[in-house]
Amino acid sequence: MPGVTLRNIAKQFGTTPVLRGVSLTVEEGEFLAILGPSGCGKSTLLRIIAGLETADGGEVFIGDRQVDHLPAKARDLAMVFQSYALYPYMTVAENIALPLQMRRLSSLQRLPFIGALLPGTRSLRQQVARDVNAVATPLGLEGLLGRKPAQLSGGQRQRVALARAMVRHPAAFLMDEPLSNLDARLRADARAEIISLTRRLGVTTLYVTHDQSEAMAMADRVAVMEGGILLQLAPPQALYDDPQNLAVARFVGSPPINIWPVEVTDRGDMTCCGHRLPFRARSSQGSAQLGLRAENLDIHRDGIPAQIVRLERLGMETLVHCHINGLAGTTILRLAPGAAEQFSGFESIRLLPKKAILFDLQGNRLPIIESARIDA
Amino acid sequence: MRKVAPSSGLRRAEALAGYMLSLPAFILMWAMLLGPAVSVVLLSLTDWNFGEASLRWAGLENYVELWSDRVFWISLKNTIIYVGISVPATVILGLLAALLIESVAHGKAFYRAAFFVPVASTLLAMALVWEFMFHPTVGFINQLSAFIGLPTADWLQNPGTALFALIAIGVWQNLGLAMILFMAGLTAIPKDLYEALSMDGADGAWERFRRVTWPMLGPSLVFVVAITAIRSFQVFETVAVLTEGGPSKSTEVLLYTMVQQGFTFLRSSYGAAITVIFLIFTLGVTLLQTIALERRTHYG
Repeated sequence: MPGVTLRNIAKQFGTTPVLRGVSLTVEEGEFLAILGPSGCGKSTLLRIIAGLETADGGEVFIGDRQVDHLPAKARDLAMVFQSYALYPYMTVAENIALPLQMRRLSSLQRLPFIGALLPGTRSLRQQVARDVNAVATPLGLEGLLGRKPAQLSGGQRQRVALARAMVRHPAAFLMDEPLSNLDARLRADARAEIISLTRRLGVTTLYVTHDQSEAMAMADRVAVMEGGILLQLAPPQALYDDPQNLAVARFVGSPPINIWPVEVTDRGDMTCCGHRLPFRARSSQGSAQLGLRAENLDIHRDGIPAQIVRLERLGMETLVHCHINGLAGTTILRLAPGAAEQFSGFESIRLLPKKAILFDLQGNRLPIIESARIDA
Repeated sequence: MRKVAPSSGLRRAEALAGYMLSLPAFILMWAMLLGPAVSVVLLSLTDWNFGEASLRWAGLENYVELWSDRVFWISLKNTIIYVGISVPATVILGLLAALLIESVAHGKAFYRAAFFVPVASTLLAMALVWEFMFHPTVGFINQLSAFIGLPTADWLQNPGTALFALIAIGVWQNLGLAMILFMAGLTAIPKDLYEALSMDGADGAWERFRRVTWPMLGPSLVFVVAITAIRSFQVFETVAVLTEGGPSKSTEVLLYTMVQQGFTFLRSSYGAAITVIFLIFTLGVTLLQTIALERRTHYG
């Protein structure tokens, strides 16, 4: 299975730049998610790879083959659309069979009535039917082959779209938000199904989504995009622990990362709202932004005074929403339900960060040194 | 909670309210739609002529007379030829126009309006223009024919060509309607179906048309065929103004025969019988349309 390589892809719609030089490589057999808010260019990027859209600049390679000049059908890719794009007037079997028919039968053999009279058509059609069955059965579609898409549930339609993409063993799968039309329960099932399918087939997959939890849960690596730029390409855990950019840090993780404005002295000491923090910045001084995950905050007597405004009990954890004097918005702290029991809301506490990520005012990552812990 | 069976009095009151609420629709339906149709059927079963003081129940006499009326059969045959040619011509040309206009980058609105003008204009007035166009000597059509070396004819006065000249005018008039309906159908086709098709290996114009456009236009097609068929059955103005059914009955059509019998010769009951035949055809088309649409349940 070949990988996919993009070099410096640029695209404008009118005068609006949508992609500003995106380069990335999808390894052979890798499941790569392209994650970003709507309008970040992720779908356009996928459509350029597919050949449904032409780039204004840059190169697309599938394996070692440059495909920019090739039409969609010659790129040997399969796409799963957000709307599934099933042909409503064809049965499930006909939908899945179409890609095979287009490739295996000559244009004469595909003609109605006349095609059936030509030599070889029959055995080719039987072969296609066998292959359709082979794909449909593991997806649980064998009993639905005679139905029209309108007679299927959302989850079943989604599986038909997958089957149509899989049936001719393409070089890579392109998936454009394939789960966003499913309800939450089905989505979890479909996630698992797509992962196990692509793992089993070992096929390179590009998966576009705006749902960070989907990208994190499914992908080997995640490419985070914003404003037509690739911000970071990394495995999910690295993206979470080590974001190179404030936008990435904000986009990944739930609840969202807390951002505290901090001041750095010329010695590298760090304060927030006049309170010393147990970190030192290595180089810069002046204002900066400190990113704190909800689980990296402790309640500690040396911390910054805060007031609990709301408790969000999620069962396995409790999110404590706090207000800190002088800070806009709330700071969220993640506690075990037992640890949160003592609070009912509106208590005053003190928050001390134990681990943090530092960014400058432009959102670029800055190095940080954890100073000696302030012991309890 | 325990379910309480409504008392019979309450149930009767509810039923009464239901009838009262549907009464306005019921009255309107009969007064506007069913009443006139039934009156025509009843009238066709009498011997009443316009202006007469009395009428007699005549049973099927009018229909028996129709059966042996040479002009009626000519009229029916001409109408069927008219519909049989003008419907496919209108549908095919309307579809071509819609596809062409959809494919141009600029000036869609202009082309749309241009094709739609004949639909919106009065055919009676436009008939004047067509009379001039078909004029044997100064008419544009003969001038053009002569210029490119085709035979010329006195189109409207020749029994062999008059009906076809009228068909051409009919197609010209209904083309815009078919085009507008097809364009509406075309814009409703999701773009990603074409994209899925090109991913699946088909991106030629013919494949796109055959695999997506044509099947997706199914409901529009049924509707366009039905509406052009009904409008074609109603051909009257051009006949009345340009040919008066002639020459030698070659453009005699159902509605024209009906108007002649009912209003010129004042044979109201006979005219009513022709109207009933006309209504049967219209009803038949509507029925076929309904059946065709119900069989296509997959467009949910």
